[in-house]
Amino acid sequence: MSKITLKDLSHSYLQFPTKNEDWAIKNVNIDWHDGGAYALLGPSGCGKTTLLNIISGLINPTKGQILFDNENITQKNPVERNIAQIFQFPVIYDTMTVFDNLAFPLRNRKIPEEEIENKVKEISNMLELTPTLYNRASGLTADGKQKISLGRGLARSDVNVIMFDEPLTVIDPHLKWVLRSKLKELHQKIKRTMIYVTHDQTEALTFADQVVVMHEGQIVQTGTPVELFEKPKHTFVGHFIGSPGMNILPCKIDNGLIFINSTNIEISNSKLNNTSYSKVELGIRPEFISFDKKGLPVKVTNVSHTGKNNIIETESDGGKIKLITKASVKIPEGSAFLNFKKDRTYVYKDDWIVE
Amino acid sequence: MNKTVNQKAWFFVIPVFVLVAFNAIIPLMTVVNYAFQETFGNNQFMWEGTRWFKQILISERFHAALGRQVLFTLIILAIQIPLGIFIALNMPKEGLGVPICLVLMSMPLLIPWNVVGAMWNIFALPDIGFLGHSLNALGFDYNFTQQSGDAWFTTILMDVWHWTSLVVLLSYAGLRSIQPAYYQAAEIDGATRWAVFRHIELPKMKKVLTIAILLRFMDSFMIYTEPFVLTGGGPGNATAFLSIDLVKMALGQFDLGPAAAMSLIYFFIVLTVCWVFYNLMMRNESNS
Amino acid sequence: MKKFKWLVPTIYIIFLMLPIYWLLNMSFKTTTEIINTYTLWPQEFTLDNYKKIFTDSTWYTGYLNSIYYVVLNTIISVAAALPAAYAFSRYKFLGDKHLFFWLLTNRMAPPAVFALPFFQFYSSVNLFDTHVAVALSHCLFNIPLAVWILEGFMSSVPKELDETAYVDGYSFWKFFFKIFIPTITAGIGITMFFCFMFSWVELLLAKTLTAVAAKPIAATMTRTASTSGYELGLLAAAGSLTIIPGAIVIYFVRNYIAKGFALGRV
Repeated sequence: MSKITLKDLSHSYLQFPTKNEDWAIKNVNIDWHDGGAYALLGPSGCGKTTLLNIISGLINPTKGQILFDNENITQKNPVERNIAQIFQFPVIYDTMTVFDNLAFPLRNRKIPEEEIENKVKEISNMLELTPTLYNRASGLTADGKQKISLGRGLARSDVNVIMFDEPLTVIDPHLKWVLRSKLKELHQKIKRTMIYVTHDQTEALTFADQVVVMHEGQIVQTGTPVELFEKPKHTFVGHFIGSPGMNILPCKIDNGLIFINSTNIEISNSKLNNTSYSKVELGIRPEFISFDKKGLPVKVTNVSHTGKNNIIETESDGGKIKLITKASVKIPEGSAFLNFKKDRTYVYKDDWIVE
Repeated sequence: MNKTVNQKAWFFVIPVFVLVAFNAIIPLMTVVNYAFQETFGNNQFMWEGTRWFKQILISERFHAALGRQVLFTLIILAIQIPLGIFIALNMPKEGLGVPICLVLMSMPLLIPWNVVGAMWNIFALPDIGFLGHSLNALGFDYNFTQQSGDAWFTTILMDVWHWTSLVVLLSYAGLRSIQPAYYQAAEIDGATRWAVFRHIELPKMKKVLTIAILLRFMDSFMIYTEPFVLTGGGPGNATAFLSIDLVKMALGQFDLGPAAAMSLIYFFIVLTVCWVFYNLMMRNESNS
Repeated sequence: MKKFKWLVPTIYIIFLMLPIYWLLNMSFKTTTEIINTYTLWPQEFTLDNYKKIFTDSTWYTGYLNSIYYVVLNTIISVAAALPAAYAFSRYKFLGDKHLFFWLLTNRMAPPAVFALPFFQFYSSVNLFDTHVAVALSHCLFNIPLAVWILEGFMSSVPKELDETAYVDGYSFWKFFFKIFIPTITAGIGITMFFCFMFSWVELLLAKTLTAVAAKPIAATMTRTASTSGYELGLLAAAGSLTIIPGAIVIYFVRNYIAKGFALGRV
């Protein structure tokens, strides 16, 4: 068990990368603390699986270092790194029983058979695999198989980190929830570092204490689910997390004041100076917008009811704006004015937050 | 896949049925005719019952040919299957090497069988053949036309040359279908190279290997042209496998009755083994 | 260990190429050189053997005959196998499993068993020594094979494709030719490759069923080897030429070979 540090990590699948787009991972620096539950969140193709494979040692990074407790292990192979990884679809050894599957990594490490027996029993109890322990692994259902993959990682007592690469992809929806809470429970029980890769924000936010958001090979923000929600540091985080995502509106800055068209928007947490930016945008989550008597003039174009809340689409001169209101709030017809909550409105320069 | 019941599907099968039946049933009936009757030409037949079958089944000649055939097929399978898997495991997985390997390795499969025999004849001749000349230069007393051991060695080497690629290509196709995650998981689990082969690669190749063994069994058991051209079944009867012996009996000595009976026994043996294989294969297919 | 991986296929390919090289080597030698000396490459390079083959009609018609019946057989086999394979891959019908196995048994029949009855049978229907006879007789093992391969490829096409087409108002035959066949082109290519291959390499039946008019090149070769004495150079040249059609066919299907050899069942 140890702290994992990624230092100036870059990776390209090409032999001679030239353009910026040739890089799958772009200069990543991050610390994963011992015992943390992390989620690595991002859309397909953002480089999260690559990053995972670099940590596990399946891929050698083009540049940079990986440190386990400040010891450089960049050149070590997966076995020496002592990590566990669970893949998108269950990887099991078809010809073996469940027991042999779980014992496999231990036997490869020449652990005495007696100890293996105890360990496997313990793990199978924890994962509720005991009734099928001596069955052929190939006969199990998808979630049972995925439990075996997980069990193979848990069976080793000294793994530095357990990594999950979208482990619930092939699991039935109603079992997803069961397995996910099982994972959470396991984490609390064994206090092992876990990194959970996913493109599904619900999975990430429910599993992790710390969510790492990736976008085009870069880490754009690391934080608790609340931080990501309340204060996205990058417009990508804004619209990727949340449903619907953050409203991003082009705006102008004049004398330290922010304007959408000619309407001044008050915000409380950005220090703005007069320098001109190439691209300035204002970000506000739909949850923090309300109807008011004055403010930004809009037209209400569409309303969808989700039961407790209403999602309202409006059209302003600056673009479309969505807001969420309680079902009890009366929705004005036609023209209306919007009020943005001061301390939840942010300005983004070239997609990054201005503080 | 869920198939729907549709008896009209028979119409789709009729052309195939007619073409194959035309070729299979009528000639097979001729064989059966000869097998149970004595003929004096002019379509005169005399019922012989199972006499020819009894005669064949107790004849030393048939036993010897069958023994040679079984031994040959077993040796062929014992060499070609492991060798083919071994080569497939070491083939490149990407890049220019892949098409080069595939194209060059397929070459022997597309050479007419008697040319294969002729080619190996020229290649193995002790005086002017590369193989024969080299072996003799190295101090071996090698002459496949005179020494039966050498004839066997050459015939087996020729068949390995001719057919191992089929096993290679099949195994390669099986290996290519394995998802990289399996290798990655094994690497993380600390599996040895042998364990990866035993627990990942071999199980995933099971299906294609069944096809490979089936095809190799069939074709090596029915081998005729290549050894006929290479050794003519000799020296003596050393390499007279079942087909060669059969043709000798039927066309050489015109012993049609015994030859027909032998044909049927021969066909029956191939069929039984293949039936077992076929059922194994279908069971595999329905399992996955 | 990993560094020397390439050695295995390389050594194997060298082993494969040696006899072929030796054949080519012989084909460019004069008869005197072949008989009198042992040389690793031709000392007096000659094209005489090839010239003879291309100018002597008994030789080059052999090639034309072979190609004629091989192509004919390939077309017949694939055309007949397409609907049958479709039926096996999509429908259950009375006796389907038995029929399928029965078809396969014909691939298992030793050609030596059938040589004589084939001769008598094709003679009796007046087809002896015609290209059609050889093409039809090769259907015995090529049609089962074609059905088997095509069935494998077709089964991997989801049934939803058929259903969508019917919903869109396609008639069966329009669907079959306009949509289904184009989606399994690779499978058809591989099937044709196999039919071509097995028809091209087979000699026993081809030789038995022909005398003069449809005699295949391979049979011409055996005659030369036995009757005109020691014309090894000529034999080698003819043999070398029989490798070419196969090589061309392989080149065209090189991208599908790996999948094709697994008969679409991987």
